[in-house]
Amino acid sequence: MLRVEHISKTFNPGTINEKKALDRLSLHLAPGEFVTVIGGNGAGKSTMLNAIAGTWPVDEGRITIDGTDVTALPDYQRAPFIGRVFQDPMLGTAPDMWLEENLALALRRGQKRALRWGIAKDEREIYREKLATLGLGLEDRLSVKVGLLSGGQRQAVTLLMATLRKPKLLLLDEHTAALDPATAAKVLELSDRLVTENNLTALMITHNMSDAIKHGNRLIMMHQGKIILDIAGEEKKHLTKRDLLDRFAALAGVQEETDSVLLS
Amino acid sequence: MLTYFASLNPAALLRACPGGIAQGLIWGVMALGVYCTFRILDLADLSVDGSFATGGAVSIMLILHGWNPELTLLVALVSGLIAGWVTGILHTKLGIPAILAGILTQISLYSVNLNIMGKANQAINVNQTALRITSNAMLLWRTIGIMAVFCVLLPLVLYWYFGTEIGCAFRATGNNAAMSRALGINTDRMKILGLAYSNALVALSGGMLAQYQGFADVNMGRGAIVIGLAAVIIGEVLGELVGGKHLNFYLRLLFTVIGGIVYYLVYVFVLWLKFPANDMKLLTAIVVAAFLAVPYLRQKRRNSFHHAGALAKKEGGEG
Repeated sequence: MLRVEHISKTFNPGTINEKKALDRLSLHLAPGEFVTVIGGNGAGKSTMLNAIAGTWPVDEGRITIDGTDVTALPDYQRAPFIGRVFQDPMLGTAPDMWLEENLALALRRGQKRALRWGIAKDEREIYREKLATLGLGLEDRLSVKVGLLSGGQRQAVTLLMATLRKPKLLLLDEHTAALDPATAAKVLELSDRLVTENNLTALMITHNMSDAIKHGNRLIMMHQGKIILDIAGEEKKHLTKRDLLDRFAALAGVQEETDSVLLS
Repeated sequence: MLTYFASLNPAALLRACPGGIAQGLIWGVMALGVYCTFRILDLADLSVDGSFATGGAVSIMLILHGWNPELTLLVALVSGLIAGWVTGILHTKLGIPAILAGILTQISLYSVNLNIMGKANQAINVNQTALRITSNAMLLWRTIGIMAVFCVLLPLVLYWYFGTEIGCAFRATGNNAAMSRALGINTDRMKILGLAYSNALVALSGGMLAQYQGFADVNMGRGAIVIGLAAVIIGEVLGELVGGKHLNFYLRLLFTVIGGIVYYLVYVFVLWLKFPANDMKLLTAIVVAAFLAVPYLRQKRRNSFHHAGALAKKEGGEG
């Protein structure tokens, strides 16, 4: 579904702030794979997601989604393929627009927008139905301004918006990091459910190792712009936190104690 | 003091009101243009000072060349469209901050306008031209009627447009650009188009005002943005007073026009009080600054270090 081949990205080249964020990184995702991504600060996790989403062009390499080469396309032209949820709950929704207007924008993700009315009549029933599955009572508040909802509610709505039109690829960038533990657990559970129900291919960054082990069917660990560990199938199911820490220490060749802090 | 009040003539105020309403309606069109950028796209576009005069210059020069006055307004509209497009390109494709991009367009339009007119101002003979929008006292009420119908219909068109899929994409761009791009909206394109549409309305309004007063002047757009903002803000305050926080979008737009009318009626009134005409722009700027500052100060009063310190002192005294 996703083929990332040898992509590199260097920020601020030629200055003292030069930072090689991605180093000839390759990653292939089969349809239906739900991959969790872990790694210390500055390992390149978010950079990888932004490269795939098309926030900026890569320096070298190629990115293909479902057979389409998207390397030359900016983010808004990759939108037909990709659903995104950001770390900041404020980034995923338009605060001054109604809930139903936000959903209508999302239903048209990557579609040609015309001079038709922004929300078709029969859409509201779909929105009510989908919102009801969130269990947040939002199905009766279609004309509430999204800015009035809480961070957790907004993140749940963003998740719904990202999957309303089935994406080829779902990108979750630490989307629970800004939420309190109870809300984060709920949003994670919702992510699991949406990915399973729609049989989505997904990449999820997390700072929480237990979450990375518990969710998804494949786990990758990043370090210095590269993927240093890739675990799937049965091995992933029996993975423990201890295993991960040990293997990270061995692979990254650093003192376990210092970096384990970053990872947990 | 007594002689001052005795010198004021109530009949003169009454006579000046229709003119104020007509001008307010014309500036209402301009304010709708400002609303599109300032409120919907969240951009402060200063090119309007230039494009307003461009609209006037284009209209008057074409009338002098024997064109039908209404047709010249269409050309004025297109001239504004181009001016706004230039600002949009400067801002999005060349990475110039919106305010500066607007100033660059505005200053270049000053030269463009002088070239269009050949000199600083050009007048038409209002008695020899069949004008529909005119300050001619005999036809003033007809002018007001035409402008009123136009100012009711234009917000209807805008209401429809911003309700469509493309219109929703506009509003999303102004509200959350990151989300908009993630949902496949070309935000640069939206900004360019929005600035073009906005300036088109502004230039149209400039053409109307030039016909109304019978001349175009290279300085006629000076401070137009401030008057436009004044109309938008007065409209919002009035709209909230009448309709509360959940005002329908069409009414919001309509209240923007009403804001323009109120502005000009206040203008007429202040002039009638013998306030020096030279100080009117200063007065307008103060009013706009005050209205823009009030919500901020109100929020700040509830949420200030001074306030927190005073509270802490009081509590400390009790405990």
